[in-house]
Amino acid sequence: MSATVLDLLTAVLVLSGGAMCLAAGIGLVRFPDVLSRLHAATKPQIFGLMAVTADVAINNFSVGTVTLCVAIVVFQALTAPMAAHLVGRAAYTTEHLRPDLLIVDELQGHRP
Amino acid sequence: MMLLTVAVVASIMFAIAALLAVYRIVVGPSVLDRVIASDVLVATIICALAAEMALNRHTDTLPVLLVLALFAVLGSLSVARFLPARDSA
Repeated sequence: MSATVLDLLTAVLVLSGGAMCLAAGIGLVRFPDVLSRLHAATKPQIFGLMAVTADVAINNFSVGTVTLCVAIVVFQALTAPMAAHLVGRAAYTTEHLRPDLLIVDELQGHRP
Repeated sequence: MMLLTVAVVASIMFAIAALLAVYRIVVGPSVLDRVIASDVLVATIICALAAEMALNRHTDTLPVLLVLALFAVLGSLSVARFLPARDSA
């Protein structure tokens, strides 16, 4: 791969990771309640991390680096939804949400 | 030259994202908002470390990324699990 293409790929991936983080920050400040902030917060945890670790892997291409990057993405993909699920459930059971913003509330009547 | 510009722009993006997350941690209003914001802060730190590695073409902090990806969940998980009902703190 020529140096220019590699530089361009690096730039695009780093900037997309940065854009994901920036979008999460803006969403945290501007969104109205816990559940919508949770929606904004989970973007950089998976997609931003995938972009920047793919960038590390293509810049230092070797078996060890690629394995470690895949492991990082896999572990993050295992743990981030777990935390998001628990926070969302806690938000629902302790009523840290605005019911007027919900379009459908399928747990209405049988709260966990 | 292009990568220097990219580094500056990406640093500004990460810094603004971290500052907005810190703002949400300070302002609240509920403990779950603070937990979500601290998760975003950790994700921003992970992305910034990885971007620095990619731009400088080294792999020194990859183990740090692995540990953060594994254990960053524990704080928010324990807070969400043991949150008392109708807590407004």
